[in-house]
Amino acid sequence: MQITAVATAAAPMVACLGPGNPWRCLNAEEARTLEAICERIIPTDQDPGAAWAGVVTFIDRQLTGHYRKMRKAYAQGLAGTNATCRARYGKPFVELSSQQQDALLQTMENGQARGECWKQASAKSFFDLVVSHTLQGFYGDPRHGGNRERASWKMLRLPYPPVRGRMPGPTSTEDPDFADRKSA
Amino acid sequence: MKLAKVNAVIVGAGAGGGIVAKELAEAGLTVALLERGKWYTAYDCRKDDLRNQRTSVLGCAFGPDDDRNRRVLVEPDGQERVVVPSDGAYNNDAACVGGGTLSYGAMAWRYLEKDFRMRSTYGAVAGSTLEDWPLSYQDLEPYYTKAEWEIGVSGDDANNIFKGARSRPLPMPPLPPSREHVILKAAAERLKLHPFDIPMLRNTVPYNGRGACMRCRWCAGFACEVDAKCGTHNTVIPQALATGNCTLRTECVVSKIVTNDQGQVTGVEYFDERGHRQEQPADLVVVSASATETPRLLLNSPSRLFPHGLGNRYDWVGRNLMGHAYAGAYGLMETDTYDDLGPGASIAICDYNHGNPGLVGGAMLCNEFIRLPIHFASISPPGVPRWGAARKDFVRKFFNRCISVHGPVQEMPVFAARVQVDRRVVDDWGIPVARMSGARHSRDLDVANYISGKAAAWLQEAGATTTWPKLPGKVLSGGQHQAGTCRMGNDPKTSVVNRYCRVHDVANLFVIDGSVHVTNGGFNPALTIMAIAYMASERIVQSWKGTRMRG
Repeated sequence: MQITAVATAAAPMVACLGPGNPWRCLNAEEARTLEAICERIIPTDQDPGAAWAGVVTFIDRQLTGHYRKMRKAYAQGLAGTNATCRARYGKPFVELSSQQQDALLQTMENGQARGECWKQASAKSFFDLVVSHTLQGFYGDPRHGGNRERASWKMLRLPYPPVRGRMPGPTSTEDPDFADRKSA
Repeated sequence: MKLAKVNAVIVGAGAGGGIVAKELAEAGLTVALLERGKWYTAYDCRKDDLRNQRTSVLGCAFGPDDDRNRRVLVEPDGQERVVVPSDGAYNNDAACVGGGTLSYGAMAWRYLEKDFRMRSTYGAVAGSTLEDWPLSYQDLEPYYTKAEWEIGVSGDDANNIFKGARSRPLPMPPLPPSREHVILKAAAERLKLHPFDIPMLRNTVPYNGRGACMRCRWCAGFACEVDAKCGTHNTVIPQALATGNCTLRTECVVSKIVTNDQGQVTGVEYFDERGHRQEQPADLVVVSASATETPRLLLNSPSRLFPHGLGNRYDWVGRNLMGHAYAGAYGLMETDTYDDLGPGASIAICDYNHGNPGLVGGAMLCNEFIRLPIHFASISPPGVPRWGAARKDFVRKFFNRCISVHGPVQEMPVFAARVQVDRRVVDDWGIPVARMSGARHSRDLDVANYISGKAAAWLQEAGATTTWPKLPGKVLSGGQHQAGTCRMGNDPKTSVVNRYCRVHDVANLFVIDGSVHVTNGGFNPALTIMAIAYMASERIVQSWKGTRMRG
């Protein structure tokens, strides 16, 4: 009883969906599904992909801020994605192979994914939303929760310039940005 | 509450209003300068790729805010929707002290001689209200010079053979060339074009007590961290305040211009930063609120003598809204061209502003401001998928090897492209919002296609292996270059203000911002707004008789 009370007291700072969930808006299944979608949009290769770069953290955080009006779109879209998966493959999105995931996302992008779950908002409009938010979370400023350790900027060989009057960040000593711009 | 009377109240502390405040205050008039936004400083530069005035997906850094402001956009098919400032369709311009000049890219263009004589040069254009200005380049030249020296402009346009004569050179030299500049200059010369260093409202050497540009990546859309960009917020507005004759009130939203029974304006009503209603009486009123908000305020101020709003006797207020139809091309190069030296844009040609066969007008062409990763990742080259491994690979391979050349196509003014006030939707202060409708003239798109081809040819000469066009759509135009909605002219039946920016049928009401532009040139409009503000201010001061305007 006492432990629950402590957990409840601490919870509002961390999550709005109960203990154990690190997300502010998404539930655990939604976050897993979204991460898998984002990772197909910007996959890992020799450089980190959307999942490692924290694109879901970016989106989740914005859903409590500037994108708060899109919470419903995400909840419906992620449920719709999994419903479409189950109807076609008999399992959720995260359990599909990469090829199957790409094929499913293409169906959504082309507007061919239909059904009850896409009545209110189309699969295409949801996929377009996730593509643009994934680009923002991957290539945008790290301060918003994505682009972890400036992964995309390093990929593009962009140094974070030293700026007058601003202290270097905590990771800058191990950061090769200034000393050595790695070549392509 | 009714405040103590001032000589002049100015609505909007942007490119126009800031200059008027300084000129009137220095001449001894008492001035109240009202600004709906805040006063930001260099300290407020956040270099946030997703929240600035160029990319506002997470909001507009320098206003207005999404929570309290909205507009109604009427689509070409008649559908209406409510839009907020961070939506592109809002056609936002910054709302803060300095207006757009706090965060602009700071190009400082003089329009060309022909830009003031479009109707004489090209004749009538069907479906357009194309007209000559009531003043010439020569009339405005002394004020262009004054703006260049008082606000501060760098650059070198000696090689621009198309420009009008200047009475004085620019006060500051250009920045040293970037790698892109060197490549494009050589290519332009091989094509027998006339490349030159873009004039910019930017310190390249210490000037006016501020330092030089440090060439960072975050320029257009951002406030300058070292205060090297020159706007009204760091030049004329502090000068106006230093006279002791001007008070600047921020976060004040003007709702109405007050009119008396003699047909004169007597001041403005506004909501202060705490939302309290105030009335500021004044001998004269200057509206400098942008080409969308200025007509909104005039139309929101009807009275017995002016039942359709101020200056609107012949239904010209809010008409002819225009901006620029940006057209150009991207080119992929074989070696790295990116050297991370801001501001990016540096070299331009005016070879295609006029004299394009079969076309009306044209555009200046220049290289683009630095494309941040989020910009480059969002462009759509042909044959590259929108997402997935191939897309990521493209971004990685070509971010450092892509040049874009583009330019602002001079638009044909369209009477039906307009700002009205919406009778149902209000903002958080209860003021009816701007209702925007209409679309670009189809000839703008013909010019855009032509300009895009010239951009591609320049890039190909510079070594581009692949190019693809960047073209505007047939949508309503306005945005940060918004202009035209309170046209100046000699005939009160076909314009709103006279050549000195005075509303035709109200002796003490002035519009001094981009609204008065008859046409908008093939250039960024800031320096022209500034020059007109100097000219109109001089006229006000000359006509001022202590407590009223002469005649």
